[in-house]
Amino acid sequence: MSVHDLEKHFQDKIDQETKIEPLDWMPEAYRKTNIRQISQHAHSEIVGMLPEGNWISRAPSLKRKAILLAKVQDEAGHGLYLYSACETLGITREETINDLHSGRAKYSSIFNYPTLTWADIGAVGWLVDGAAIMNQVMLTRTSYGPYARAMVRICKEESFHQRQGFESLLVLSKGSPEQKAMCQDAINRWWWPALMMFGPRDTESTNSDQSMKWKIKRKTNDELRQQFVDMCVEQVKLLGMTLPDPHLKWNTDRNHYDFGEIDWNEFWQVVKGNGPCNKERLQARKQAWEEGAWVREAAAAHATKKQKRAAAYAA
Amino acid sequence: MPATLDYILHLADNALILGQRNAEWCGHGPVLEQDIAISNISLDLIGQARSFYQYAAEIKGGDATEDTLAYLRHEREFRNILLVEQPKGDWAYTTLRQFFFSTFQLLLFQRLITHPDERIAAIAEKSIKEVNYHVRWSSEWVVRLGDGTEESRARLQQAVDDSWPFVNELFQVENFEIESAVQVNELQKVWTEKIQACFTEAGMEIPETAGARSGGKKGIHSEHLGYILAEMQYLQRSYPGCEW
Repeated sequence: MSVHDLEKHFQDKIDQETKIEPLDWMPEAYRKTNIRQISQHAHSEIVGMLPEGNWISRAPSLKRKAILLAKVQDEAGHGLYLYSACETLGITREETINDLHSGRAKYSSIFNYPTLTWADIGAVGWLVDGAAIMNQVMLTRTSYGPYARAMVRICKEESFHQRQGFESLLVLSKGSPEQKAMCQDAINRWWWPALMMFGPRDTESTNSDQSMKWKIKRKTNDELRQQFVDMCVEQVKLLGMTLPDPHLKWNTDRNHYDFGEIDWNEFWQVVKGNGPCNKERLQARKQAWEEGAWVREAAAAHATKKQKRAAAYAA
Repeated sequence: MPATLDYILHLADNALILGQRNAEWCGHGPVLEQDIAISNISLDLIGQARSFYQYAAEIKGGDATEDTLAYLRHEREFRNILLVEQPKGDWAYTTLRQFFFSTFQLLLFQRLITHPDERIAAIAEKSIKEVNYHVRWSSEWVVRLGDGTEESRARLQQAVDDSWPFVNELFQVENFEIESAVQVNELQKVWTEKIQACFTEAGMEIPETAGARSGGKKGIHSEHLGYILAEMQYLQRSYPGCEW
């Protein structure tokens, strides 16, 4: 088949909702886009362990400590599935991780914000996991098979995390005046960064058109963001708290909530590396990797020796 | 005869403090699979601690809960051994300490399952499966590091030198243990044999001198415990009487 025929055959499969599998022919740009997106997603899971891990030692009860530790451990598991999905596209986990450490690969900017109080852990669960789920539910139907299947597992756990986060805020919202204030403050700080998680406006998004055609993405950034706003406006009422946006208002024509403008200058600053914790997050990941080098080398050396001894014994 | 409050707290404190220490690795492990493994062990230990504290709270009565026992007791009231409160160190220290502790815990729990106090027996029974895994996981790391590279071997040797002084305390019988169904001093011989077997495979040697550091069971701790508690208890102490 000529390249033209291969491309047509490929697009036909996508149009007919047949998943693309690792051994199928695919355009190089499709492979690259998936590598970029899946690895970015994997890195986000791993870097995302840091702001939440920040509160494990200080969790206010044994139950909360166990829930948080299990949650952060789940994120590591998600990272593993995603690095594996990425490997099916012909790039090793080590290469992918090197790209993170060199700054070539990105991760979700949301994790460059600090978790300052205990309420932030609830707010991250509710808003950050909530925003992530919008995107991830869509990705369970993405065209690349291994990615879609990884997302099915991840979505189940993420929606559990989101409920846990909300429940933890609910307890604070019914607590002492200090706890209520802590809860509102966390929502105020996490709301806008959570909205930024959906990326630039559709008119500004460079990767969107082709990704929609290939069904890597199935909804636009603005569609997902709107869905998220509509959901949160209702949920925040249950907390008896408010969202920090004076422009939030039900629009009967659109059947959606109108909302205020995101501070795009802040968005781009954080993307470019100038957020509150960009340096610390990357530094923590690099440090863990470098300090673990001797451990990985020892494990590899032992495995080789063991293999040789077994071979010698068999001979 | 039911177990005494101090004895249950001792079992709970050991598990909680080591769980707290191991959790420091979460997000910072040498490789993702092992990050998950050590966090898992930490979760198991916190789970064991909760079971023991919940039982202790029932015995203590009044307003006591698992959280008042974990979060509102002071340094001198904690009954954990010194080994578990030492800083996590490097991967060699963490895995070796786990091996020493889990091997001890397995021997202890294998006896506690016949304890006349049924609650203690039930917690031990439930935990044994987990502890078996902790022993296997940590002993595999000891072998890997001992047999691996020159550096890993040197680091493991350092970990042996650093942790050995704390080992003897595992087997020193404290007042609250005298009436327990299990005498920990009787476990030392089997424990040493198990460590020896693993060390032989790892090409390591057990130090000849016995460890001299103890006091944790009496509430005389190293300076590290104060910091662990300050961090762990900070919210409960800053906002007394709140639900979380």
